This record gives sequence, structure tokens and C-alpha cells, in this order.
Amino acid sequence: MEFDPTLLSRIQFAFTISFHIIFPSLTIGLASWLAVVEGLWLKTGDDIYQEIYKLWVKIFAVTFGMGVVSGVVMSYQFGTNWSVFSDRTGNVLGPLLAFEVLTAFFLESSFLGIMLFGWERVTRSMHFISTIIVALGTVISAFWILAANSWMQTPAGFEIQSGNIFHPVNWLEIIFNPSFPYRFMHMVTAAYLTTAFFVGGIGAWYLLKKRHLAHARIMLGMAMLMAVFVTPVQIFLGDLHGINTLKHQPVKVSAIEGIWETKKGAALVLLGWPDSTTETTEYAVEIPKLASLILTHDPNGEVKGLKAWPKDERPSILPVFWSFRVMVGIGLLMALTGLMAIILYFRKALFTTKWFQFWCLAMTPTGFIAILAGWFVTEIGRQPYVVYGLMRTSEATSPVLGQHIFLSLLAFIIVYALVFGAGIYYIAKLIRKGPLPILKEEEVYGSHGLKKPLL
Amino acid sequence: MFDFSSFLDLPLMWGGIIATAIFLYVLLDGFDLGVGILFPFAPSDDCRHKMMNSVAPFWDGNETWLVLGGGGLLAAFPLAYAILLPAFYIPIILMLLGLIFRGVAFEFRFKAKKETRIVWDYSFHFGSLTATLFQGIILGSYVEGVTVGGRSFAGGSFDWLSPFSIMTGVALLFGYALLGSTWTIMKTDHKTQEWARKVTFYVLIYVALFMGLVSLWVPFLNDQLFKRWFSLPNLVYLSPIPLLTACAFAGLYISLLKKREVAPFILSISLFSLGYMGLGISLWPWIVPYKVSLWEAAADSRSLSLMLVGVSLFLPFVLGYTVYAYYVFRGKANHQEWY
Repeated sequence: MEFDPTLLSRIQFAFTISFHIIFPSLTIGLASWLAVVEGLWLKTGDDIYQEIYKLWVKIFAVTFGMGVVSGVVMSYQFGTNWSVFSDRTGNVLGPLLAFEVLTAFFLESSFLGIMLFGWERVTRSMHFISTIIVALGTVISAFWILAANSWMQTPAGFEIQSGNIFHPVNWLEIIFNPSFPYRFMHMVTAAYLTTAFFVGGIGAWYLLKKRHLAHARIMLGMAMLMAVFVTPVQIFLGDLHGINTLKHQPVKVSAIEGIWETKKGAALVLLGWPDSTTETTEYAVEIPKLASLILTHDPNGEVKGLKAWPKDERPSILPVFWSFRVMVGIGLLMALTGLMAIILYFRKALFTTKWFQFWCLAMTPTGFIAILAGWFVTEIGRQPYVVYGLMRTSEATSPVLGQHIFLSLLAFIIVYALVFGAGIYYIAKLIRKGPLPILKEEEVYGSHGLKKPLL
Repeated sequence: MFDFSSFLDLPLMWGGIIATAIFLYVLLDGFDLGVGILFPFAPSDDCRHKMMNSVAPFWDGNETWLVLGGGGLLAAFPLAYAILLPAFYIPIILMLLGLIFRGVAFEFRFKAKKETRIVWDYSFHFGSLTATLFQGIILGSYVEGVTVGGRSFAGGSFDWLSPFSIMTGVALLFGYALLGSTWTIMKTDHKTQEWARKVTFYVLIYVALFMGLVSLWVPFLNDQLFKRWFSLPNLVYLSPIPLLTACAFAGLYISLLKKREVAPFILSISLFSLGYMGLGISLWPWIVPYKVSLWEAAADSRSLSLMLVGVSLFLPFVLGYTVYAYYVFRGKANHQEWY
């Protein structure tokens, strides 16, 4: 058996980062949502919001913990598996990652302690501020890591000096590289939507089970607000991101579209099976001229086909093509959910329609799937380069034996399966238990949570 | 583009910043890894709850210093990062896996039923143990030096495994255990505190033995190290370090006898500081020992300048709210579950 270090390192990176991204996606959304819920509690004084907060902050804590431990792994893998990449791009990407630690990680981790354990130790407003700070930290973190990722997609603001080492020339151009604003907006919005559908799905489940009805209505109601108003925004942002990709990485777009021949008035391939050996897309279901219309905003505009690039400049077509369809498909389902929610709301049946509750329950995990699919599109679509157009992935690998990478990959798969399994189990347990009624302070004796003795 | 290299020695400053970040990591995560190492030996479940609660609000922030150490090394000394991480591939992966089991134990333990809690107790213990052992091994093999060819690591996959590195691995277990036990003295009371005090006596003996062993062994690892410590006048100038170390040991022993609560932890920190100073003196001016100096591995001065601005702006805040978080959770830990 051949152990190819580059391929194994790619699989290991893909596996560990796919696993990792699930948690930040949820923590970015949950942190902001918890800040809103806590704000509502402080404003209305209604304990129901605090009960919702206390349930979801526990889920947040489990998610955050798994995000942290899988994130530490990421920060070391650049060196363990991609040392040549680190050596060459460290001048440019290193500072972005260092800024992420300085401006986000410390903020999140310090104030998370107060968010979880600080109820009795700080004032209500300080606790609220801590929640907001954590929420802010998650978004700042996304800012830096997406700046770094986007730079790898659309490098800017650098020069290459002796030994193929990248050097910074203009930091603003490096950070705000051409694809960054789109990728950042698209990802943060994706995290918010993913969380909304997750929370909404749990709300729907409580409604189905006829438990915690008041809490469930708030959860599902807020989630549907997001589905109605934010899903269309996300689809719009996704379109802008696609146009931006067409400008800077046209081959990725050709792979997404499954178009092989360059032609005017190209058809949009809805479904099909792109085959790299025959260089055709089999069983294609097409809509004439639509690809040209979407990409060039002209039904007879010219769309470049994959054959315009030599074979060793193209990414793997099949995973890019299908991941894109999974992502867009889920986006459309989310928009449909929003539409149904509007109709049900005006029929005053949003919280009582059983089939809709089943539907929302089924939608619970879809955000995560869409996020993973979207990342597969953009990352596999960047291949065969690690820094687009400038440094090939095959040049980036560490001098480590393939056998050892194979073993470490195996270890990660086993450990992550265990940890992930346990995490899902405990989150499910928390959800089954549901929100707990808050003990009023006068009922509590001392700090031990005991009822006051009747003396 | 601003560049401070005309009037600042940026690689030197960054060497200092990274060294400080790693040292803060060692101290801060050291005590909670130490708590994990001692965890199963605590006399009762009540004690274990208290120990866990004493570190639960902090572990995450503490581990962030490790990310700053790694991320900072990539940013400030990319060449060193690119050489060292592949050299320590296996021990780094094992350390990370250990940290995973340690980290999730905090969240899962609070949520587990009584019968399954033991799984996370051991996940906490063995995770801490593994992470510490491999950190010590990495440290030892770092001091021994790595093989470099061109701009990358050129040695074998198991170069890190040696009698010396195994010894430093075990030594760090006792070192972190000392931080953990003195932390427990400070943050708990009654039975837990008494137990921690007893443990500290034993651990202290091992720490003294290992610090002695390391001090005797290091100068004989290579010529540079021998000359640095035993040539004149270095021998005279450096003599305060072993002398102060001896004083710190004596002070720690007395503070235990006097049942002081905070002093043992502070003195453990000073022991670590002295050891770290000795390490710095041994390795100066290398960042990849005996092969690549701080200046040779340094990133572009424009990168270092930008980050220096970042550090000056943000690190004071980081330190400020870290201190605030410790202040919020001051006093003794209790045994109940907090959330």
C-alpha cells in the first residue's frame, strides 16, 4: 500500500477542519442569539427568557468546548503537516492568525467562564456584557480566519522574494483581499441560519411532544423570523460570492456548473454526472441559456468551459459540482420554510400545524450540511493550489512519513468519533431534559440551591 | 507600510514575547493539567468536585496561551515553526489528543450521570497525563536539538525519543503536579486542602530530584551547554540561579509546614521561573537549538512590526481581563455544580 503524504495530509486536514467547523458555526450563531435572549430577559423581566438562556448556554458550553479542543489541533496542523506552506506564507498569514488569538480567542475564553459560572458572582448587566463580548469574539474570530482563508483563494498585497517566500506589502490589501468581504458575510450569515434552524427544529420537537410549549414557541418563532428575513439575504450574498469567484477563480465556477466547452448562451446544468475521463457531463438536466444569464447577466454571454484549462490546472469536478448542488438545494429548502412560515403565520397556525413541526424537525441539521458542502466547493475548487495560482498543494507538505500521517489520521477519526458521539449524546440529553424553571431567590437558602427551611 | 526594524531589534523582542507566552502557558495550564494528574488520587468525590470547579472557569483561557505560542511562532518565526513541528510530529499529535480528552471532560463531566462520570474523570486524568508527558518530551528533545537540512527538518521520525527526553517528560509530570497541588491548597479548604498539602510534600521531593538531575545532565548534552554553565566567569555569574532555586525549595517546604495557603503556589511559580530562566540561558540565541538563531528564523520585519502594534494594543487588555476573570472567581471553590 502506498502512503502518499500529500493526499493523507489533505484527508487529515479536511477531516479535522470539517469536524471543527461544525462547532464554531453553532457557537457564532448561539452566542449572538443568547445575547438577544438575555437582552429580552433584562428588558421584559420575563423569566421564560432566562430559562431558555440557561438551557441553551449549556448546549453552547458543550459546543464551545468541542470547538476549542478541535481548534487547537488546527493551529498546530499548519506546521505538523504543511510545514513548507507555513515557511513560505508565514510572513503573510501568521499575523492574521496571531491577531485572531489576540483579539478573539482570549476574549471568548475569559468571558465564557463568566457566562457559564458567573451568575452569582457578577451583576446582571456585567453578565449580559460578558455574553455580548463572547458573541463579538466569535465574529472577530471568523473575521481573521476568513481573511486568512480568502487570501489563500485570492492572494493580494504581497510580493514573492528569493526562495519563493511570500512577503507582505500592503496589510489592508492582504486582509481585505478580493474574495474576503463576500466569504466573510456569506459564512457568518450561514452560521446564523444554521443556528436558527437548529434552535427552531428543537422548538418544533417540543411542540410535537407537547412539552415546554411557551419556550418552544419563542424558539420556533425566532427561528422562523430568521428563515423569513435572513435566508433571502443569504441567497443574495451567495450570488455575489459566486460572481466574485467567476472573476477571480473562473475554473472553480466552471467546475461548479459542470460546463466543459466554452460557449455563448450556455445552459445551466441542474443535475448530472460530470465525468473527468470523457470530459462531459452525463445525464444532464439543463435549462437553456440560464448559466450565461446568471453568470454574465446576459443570455448570450460567453461562459468558459473546463477544457479551456489544462488538466493539471483543474480541481476534481465531481465533488465540487455535487457539493454546490447540496448547498444551494438546502438554501432553497430554507427559503421554502420561510415562505411556509409566513403563510402559516397569517393563517394563525404557525405553532399548531403538525406537518410543519415535522418539517422543521427534519430541517434541524441541514444548516451544518450546507456549511460543509459550501466549504467543500470552495476548498476543493481551489485545488490543485494551496495558494491559488501561486503555490501547489503538492509543494506544501511536511517531511513526515506517509505511514505516520496515516496513523495520526486514524487516531483523529477514532478520537473524534468518540468525543463527537459523547457530545451529541450530552446535547441530546440536555434537550430532552428541556428548560428548567428558575428558582426564585427568596426560595433559595444560601448558595446551596436548597429551599429555605420553614422556621 | 510601517517597519520598525531601523530602530528596534524585532526578532529579539518577538523572541521575548513568544517565550513569555509559552511561559504563561506552562504556569497557567500547568496548574490545571496538574490538577488533572492528581485527580484520581484525591480522597473523595467531593474533593474531586472541588478540584474540578476550581479550574473549570479558567482552563479554556489557559489553553489559549498554547494557541498563542503556536500561532505566534508561525507568525514571528515561520522557519522555526516549519522545522520544529514536523520534527515533533508524533509527540505533538499525542499531546493534542490528550488535550482533547482533558478539555471535553470539563463539559461532559458536569452533564454525565453518576455512573458514567468516572469515564470523564479518567478522560480528564489520562488526558492531562498524556498532554503533560509529551510536552515534557518535546521540551527535552528540543533541548537536545533537531537535525536540519536546508529550510526543513531532516531527521528521523523518532529522533524525539531518547533517555533524556523521557526523563524530562516524567520531570514535567511532577512539575505540573506541584503547580496543581499548590493551586489546590490555595483554592480549596478542609479535607481537600489537607490532602493537597500532604501530596505537595511528596511531589516536592520528586521535583527537587528531577530538577537536580536535569541541571546535572543538561551541561553534558553538548559542548555549548557545558561551556555556557561551567566556563569562567559564567559559573560565577550564573551561580545565583541554582542558589535561588535552593532557597525557593526551602521556602516552599517551610510554607507547607506553616500551613500557608498562597505562598506554596507562589513559590512553585518561582521554581518554574528559575527553571525557565536556566533553559533560556542554555539555549540562547537559538530558536531551533544549535542550528537556527532568532534572527535567522525571524519573519519579515513588516510582519513583526504589524504584530508588535497588535500586541501593544491588545495584550494589556488580554492580561487585564484575564486578571479580572481570576478575580471574579476568587476564593475557595465549592463542590456543587455551578450551572
